[in-house]
This record gives sequence, C-alpha cells and structure tokens, in this order.
Amino acid sequence: MSEINLKDHAELAHDFNADEDRVDWHDETLWWVRVKRDKSVRQLPEWEALRDAASAIKLNVLANLDTYLLQFESNAIANGIKVHWAKDAKEHNDIVYRILEDNRAHRMVKSKSMLTEECGLNEFLSEKGIEVIDSDLGERIVQLANEPPSHIVLPCIHKKKEEIGELFHTHLGIPAGNSDPQFLTDTARAHLREIFLTRKVALTGVNFAIAESGEFVVCTNEGNADIAANLANVHIASMGIEKLIPEKIHLGIFLRILTRSATGQPITTYSSHFKRPAKGKQMHIILVDNGRTEQLGREDFRNSLKCIRCGACMNTCPVYRRSGGHSYHSAIAGPIGSILAPNLNMEKYGDLPFASTLCGSCSNVCPVKINIHEQLYKWRQVIVKAGHAPTAKKISMKAMAFTLASPSGYNIAGKTARWVLKYAPFAVNNRLNPWYLHRDMPVAPEMSFKEWYEVNRKSN
Amino acid sequence: MSQADSKEWIIKRIGENKPGPSSLPDISHFETKDHGSTEKFSDILKAVGGSIYYIHDFEELVSVIGEKHGKALRLYSPIPEIQKLLKQPVDTETVDGHDFENVEVAIINAHFGVAENGAVWVSHDQMGNRAVPFICQHLAVIINEDNIVPTMHEAYHHRALRNYNYGAFIAGPSKTADIEQSLVLGAHGPKSMTVFVLLVQKHY
Repeated sequence: MSEINLKDHAELAHDFNADEDRVDWHDETLWWVRVKRDKSVRQLPEWEALRDAASAIKLNVLANLDTYLLQFESNAIANGIKVHWAKDAKEHNDIVYRILEDNRAHRMVKSKSMLTEECGLNEFLSEKGIEVIDSDLGERIVQLANEPPSHIVLPCIHKKKEEIGELFHTHLGIPAGNSDPQFLTDTARAHLREIFLTRKVALTGVNFAIAESGEFVVCTNEGNADIAANLANVHIASMGIEKLIPEKIHLGIFLRILTRSATGQPITTYSSHFKRPAKGKQMHIILVDNGRTEQLGREDFRNSLKCIRCGACMNTCPVYRRSGGHSYHSAIAGPIGSILAPNLNMEKYGDLPFASTLCGSCSNVCPVKINIHEQLYKWRQVIVKAGHAPTAKKISMKAMAFTLASPSGYNIAGKTARWVLKYAPFAVNNRLNPWYLHRDMPVAPEMSFKEWYEVNRKSN
Repeated sequence: MSQADSKEWIIKRIGENKPGPSSLPDISHFETKDHGSTEKFSDILKAVGGSIYYIHDFEELVSVIGEKHGKALRLYSPIPEIQKLLKQPVDTETVDGHDFENVEVAIINAHFGVAENGAVWVSHDQMGNRAVPFICQHLAVIINEDNIVPTMHEAYHHRALRNYNYGAFIAGPSKTADIEQSLVLGAHGPKSMTVFVLLVQKHY
C-alpha cells in the first residue's frame, strides 16, 4: 500500500460515493462481469459438482499442507528449481532482494502477484534503489497513478479511459486527450516490450503449484508473465503456501473453474506450466506463510485459505460494487479480503467484516465454496470481543445489550423510539447518525406488539 | 531467521494448526470417453478471438499465411518441413529468445486441442525457444484433426502431459480488457492466433 490509511471502510466508501455517476458506472461494469460469469457457468451441467470437488480438494490440501509442501519442495529441487521459505513479508522481500543482488540486477519486471502487494515488495525494493515495473496493463496503469490495485483480477477497474489517457500523456509521452482503449493498449504494448527485452530478472505470481510434480502454473490473458519469465535469465515466483494442489489431474478441475468464475472466459489465454528452468537460466520459488499458518489454526476462518483469487465475490458484492476496491484499504478487497485481512491485523482491518450486508451472494458464486458471508458474521463477533469494533458501534451495542437485558428498559426504549420517529425524526436522522445517511425513515407504529396484544387479545 | 529455521517453523505450525484428516474426492466421473468435437473446438476458438483453417498439407498452410499476413514477412518455424518452404526464414540456430522479437509469424506444432475452451497444449520442445509463442506478432499452431479432447480432464490424462520442462495451454491471441472492460487483442503477445487443423488422410 502506498499510503498509510487513517480512514475506515465507511469513510472511504463515503468519499467514493461523492461522484454518483462514477459509482453507478462502477457498479454496472462489475455487474456485467458477474453476468458473464453466470452465462459461462450455466453452460456446464456439472458446475456444482466441480465446485464440490474443488472445495474438497482444497480441504484435503489444508489437512496435509505440511506433507504436500515437503513433497513439492523435493520434487521442485529435483527439477532444478531453487526453493526458498519465508515466514513473513519481510523474509519474502529480503529473499527477492538477495536474488537480485546475487545477479547484480537493479531492475526487475513483475507480472501480477497479489502476494507481493500483500508484502509491500515494490516499496521495499524501491527504497533499496531497485526499479520494479509492473507489466500487467491494469497494474502498470495503477503503478503510474501511484495507487494500489482496486481489484485482484481487474486492477484498474475504478479508472476511466480518459484518466488512463491522461496518465499515458504524462508518463509515456502520448499526445493529450486520447482515450481510445485500442490506442492506449498499443501504447502500453510498445512501452512494455522494451521493458521485457531489457530486464534480466522477472517475478511472477503463482496460481497453482503441484506437489506430485514440483511444477507451478501461472495464468494470464495478456501473456506478460510468459514473455517476462521466458526472456529473463532469472525467474522468481512468489507463492502463498495455500496455492498448492496435490496432483496434476486436479488442475483439470481448477483451470475449468478459475476463469469462468473470474471473467466468464472458458480458460485464460495462457496457462503456463513451469517445471524445469531452460538451460543456463535460474528458476526460484518462494513459499510464503505471512499469517497463513495462523489462519489455518482458526477453525472458523481456515476455509478462507481455499481461495483461488478469481474475484467473483467482489463482482457480485453490492457493497464492493458501490464502495470501490480502495475503500477496503487492504491488498485484497471485497468479501474475501474482508475475511483474510483481519487475520493479519485485527485492529487495522477490524472495520472490514462490517462492510457487508451478509446477503450471501459471495458464498453462492465462490468456486471453492468458501462460506464467506458466514465468516464475515463470525469475524464481527471475534472483533467486538477483542475490543476492535468501530467506536460508534461499540457504544450502540453496549446500549443495546443493556436494553435487551432489562424488560422495563426494553419497554421504555420502544416507547421512546416510536415517539421520536413520529414527532422528532430529526433526532435520529441527522449527520451524527451515519446509519441514516442513505436510508429513509420507517413509519413508526402507534403501539408495540405487546400493547396491541394487551388491548386486543388479553380480554378474550 | 535462516531459511532452514523458517521452513521448520512453517512446517511445525502447520502440523499444530491443520484440520483433521480429509480424503481426496474421486474426480474420475468428470472424464468422458468421447472424442473431442472439432466443431465445438472451432466455435470456442473463434469466440475467444482465434481463427481456424483446415489444411491437407504444409504448402496449403504457407499459402494461407501469405494471404493473411502478406508475403514478405519474417517467419519462423522450428518445424524443418515448414522452415524449408519459407522464403525469408529466421535462422533456426537462433538461441536467444530476444531475437524472436521481430518475428512476424511463428508456426509451431501443438500436441492437441481442447474442445471446451479452444486451447492447444504446446510443450517446450515444440516452441523452438520458450519465448516464441508469446513474443511473436502472430501465432500459427498446427494440430492433427484427430487430436482434440473434450475437456481439461481428458487433457491432463493425455500422454503429452506426462513429461515436459515447460508447457502452456494457449487459447487465442493475447488480450486485455483492463481499460474500461473494452476487449483489445494483442496486449503484449500475439495479435492473432490461427489454428491449422491438419486433415488426416484417409485410405480406403
């Protein structure tokens, strides 16, 4: 993250909502991606069976993660891949830096890796004087804008083409006023080709690593990972330890569900299987924990580690679509980010599980059947108990606990609320009560159910 | 912490925190014994931006490429029979991937196609150089008519998936929709992908 965030989700969402047209556009664009996903998955009668299988395979991975990691390591080493272990972000970043130093490289080209966002790799290397260029088009655009990605699959989904034209005018020297996607993409193509041809070290993410064969798979539509890794002398792949799958045949399941869930495509254009380095070249893989073993120990939340980063939960989420990825102030936004981030820092990300209507749409589209909305609900309880709930919520929840614990308090509170809503709505619907910002006042009933019952039924 | 310490720490923590045993599901029922449909492969390939030609021999292929991309081009093929048909072939002795940057059309073999997604499987030994299928301006791939599998499940059981140093499923030209979800072909890699289906000569 390029800046320290002091605002919480609600405040950042409020900022995003200042431009209503943009919110509508953002909402509709992402919903369109969700619709493409629906059309695609409905063509497979076995879709639900694929989700069940994927979820069960991932559960087996979590139950055997130690054995599979060791199996992967020994097979990868036998294949000529250098394997590194990092317990946290700092160790990961140090390992990347050491590989760059060993190869006397001051520049690196990177393809999409949410893990390196999570680890703050770009900032770390930049402080060491290493130039990193992101090669995924969307990531390059947000990098030029000095912003983090706002979506794990569509990094610059929050940007309008005119803004991208302006960025390319400033940084890549095109004439001002261009906003044609074809022209802008061609500009980036020419700019990034030069980068691909001149960088000796390339870093990629990992979509899947296979224990039985010691290889890893990287999926892209642009081909940036494939060009970069195959031209460079040194290929570094950064991988969260949960990306492992047991056998190659399991890729049959995961490659069928990944892109259909992400964009509605039947598969990404490129699914590269890296098994052995080419002659005279180096291939490194960094296995990163950074909180994953902690999450593994949280029984209610460990299923979040099944995530294959398709982004379907974001595209469908009514809160994400209307608040924008940056409002989540964490490397991974949306519903899945909101159950992953509190594990890393409950205080800093304690607001995120509250950024949901708990409608459950995320769980319904998740290709590995993570119970996302249930975990959001459970995180709220953990966060409140640990004392990290937003202050306003803490006060109102205390008041509610008191009211619900006392019958007379409950009666009085009910009477007061009905009176206030009827005669003095401004007392609750004002700027001090954020709940009412985008809501209409309900019509208050004349009496409570208890009063009504006493009048109408008790006499019978 | 040293590398060895971190490894030990991670493995130990997993042992302490992992859930109880759970077995792998049987996924064999997803496989079919059917042949893949060439028609479906063709439809999906076109839907993802590729094009398809049915050819009887390599001369036909070279003439189609001439018509599509113009005749005076830098072409490259690691396939000797095709290389000798090319007017201005790029030296096959070229060993560095960077030298392929100016290749206009690369013509390579693929092991098979996948009907459900229009992808072909290409292994390192078919690429000449690993960078070739990604760095060329246009990609042409040859598959045999009878080498199409229905889904990815059959793909991973194909003999070509048993061993390779590097390989890729490739489905159509390089693409991006990062700018306002507008689809643009030719993001970094090939601007077009043509699959040539070599018709099997039938002797009756």
